[in-house]
Amino acid sequence: MQLTLEFGGGLELLCDSIKIHKVNINLPNESDILTMKDLLSWVRTNLIKERPEMFMKGDTVRPGVLVLVNDCDWELSGQLDTTLEDKDVIVFISTLHGG
Amino acid sequence: MEASEAKSKRAGGSRLCCICNKRRPVLKRPKTLQQICRECFYEVFEEEIHQVIVQNRLFKSGERVAIGASGGKDSTVLAYVLSELNRRHNYGLDLFLLSIDEGITGYRDDSLETVKRNEVQYGLPLQIVSYKDLYGWTMDDIVKMIGLKNNCTFCGVFRRQVSKHSLFTQTFIIPIIFCFMISSLIDFLKALDRGATLLKVDKLVTGHNADDIAETVLLNILRGDIARLSRCTSITTGEDGPIPRCKPFKYTYEKEIVMYAYFKKLDYFSTECIYSPNAYRGFAREFIKDLERLRPRAILDIIKSGEDFRIATTTKMPEQGTCERCGYISSQKWCKACVLLEGLNRGLPKMGIGRPRGSVNGDNKHTKAGSTAKSIESKQCGSLDF
Repeated sequence: MQLTLEFGGGLELLCDSIKIHKVNINLPNESDILTMKDLLSWVRTNLIKERPEMFMKGDTVRPGVLVLVNDCDWELSGQLDTTLEDKDVIVFISTLHGG
Repeated sequence: MEASEAKSKRAGGSRLCCICNKRRPVLKRPKTLQQICRECFYEVFEEEIHQVIVQNRLFKSGERVAIGASGGKDSTVLAYVLSELNRRHNYGLDLFLLSIDEGITGYRDDSLETVKRNEVQYGLPLQIVSYKDLYGWTMDDIVKMIGLKNNCTFCGVFRRQVSKHSLFTQTFIIPIIFCFMISSLIDFLKALDRGATLLKVDKLVTGHNADDIAETVLLNILRGDIARLSRCTSITTGEDGPIPRCKPFKYTYEKEIVMYAYFKKLDYFSTECIYSPNAYRGFAREFIKDLERLRPRAILDIIKSGEDFRIATTTKMPEQGTCERCGYISSQKWCKACVLLEGLNRGLPKMGIGRPRGSVNGDNKHTKAGSTAKSIESKQCGSLDF
């Protein structure tokens, strides 16, 4: 599954300062759907190069990190249960910095 | 068209925007838990801020207002929205961007580039004032001297007292005492030259948002700082000082500010101050964020609690007088900035940090951070320090 991941608000510093990542993810074995939960754990393993606690807390993103799926707040689509489709754009923005 | 329809079905469910019932929702508002579309979000966001400004009578027509601009998300959105509302509702304000250069390499120089871009993007003139000019010390100099603890104390005090300098006030008379703050007459003339005739400010607006204020309420409770607690929820502060400051974003959630900036593609800079991970505020911030996740309304409710606190009449509150050295508002003989500066200039960087003994009067008694025989209850309100 081809996805575009964007990191903003300082999160890009955790991924070698690259803001946009075009990735190809294999579906988890047992199912034919990819959820945000699966994606997050993939991101933590494969893209986050340092200080993973800045990005995730437990199974979900750290409080203060906003997630948008196709420019839409993930709270509207079920947060971790959001299902992803090919060519989706997922944006992670941290709000935890000075204003 | 089919693919995007399928996507929007999944993304927004089968719901439509709560307000217009026409478009698909893109955001769930933490304040109200409503699901709203982009256009309704812009309207509601801007209108609520306009109402806060009007109901709290934050401005008067004709005022010259400085927008505290750090290049970060809050100040960028503040500059954009205020400038837009000023136009739309004819506030009649003379707006400009004001940036403070604390002299933190890698943090402030980059964010100042962003403010310079904002100047062009929003058509608002920019003034930059530096700690080096005003105090003779950059934050980098200060950290070299005091190490990595308590930096935020210095920076916060110096930042807030920037407005006391006559560069900002409406009169052009420079108090003689100002000379003590500058190490040489030449520096004095440079600082004077740089800003005096230009700045003439009636009011300062900052981008402090609801999350910030809720954090501050909690912080003050955790520190037992009753004096600050009684002031920190005021939407306007410093009315009896040289320049009043106000916070139009007092009831605006940080999440909404970030979403607004994202959808409108506003340019902002987002890196943590390199000295901040050691600040105590980080704990309050973490806690607030966890709380928001469970019950988003908590942020506004904490602010309301803060507003409605009443101090027991038996509590001893510090009296507000003026600093002997510079004339700024102070509850001690010398204001905090003067104490800190004296410490720096004499090579006693711990002066003004930690628990004070008796009155802080600028004697070069090195205050120890150890405990005393006095009990906590006998300490004057607001005099506990970390």
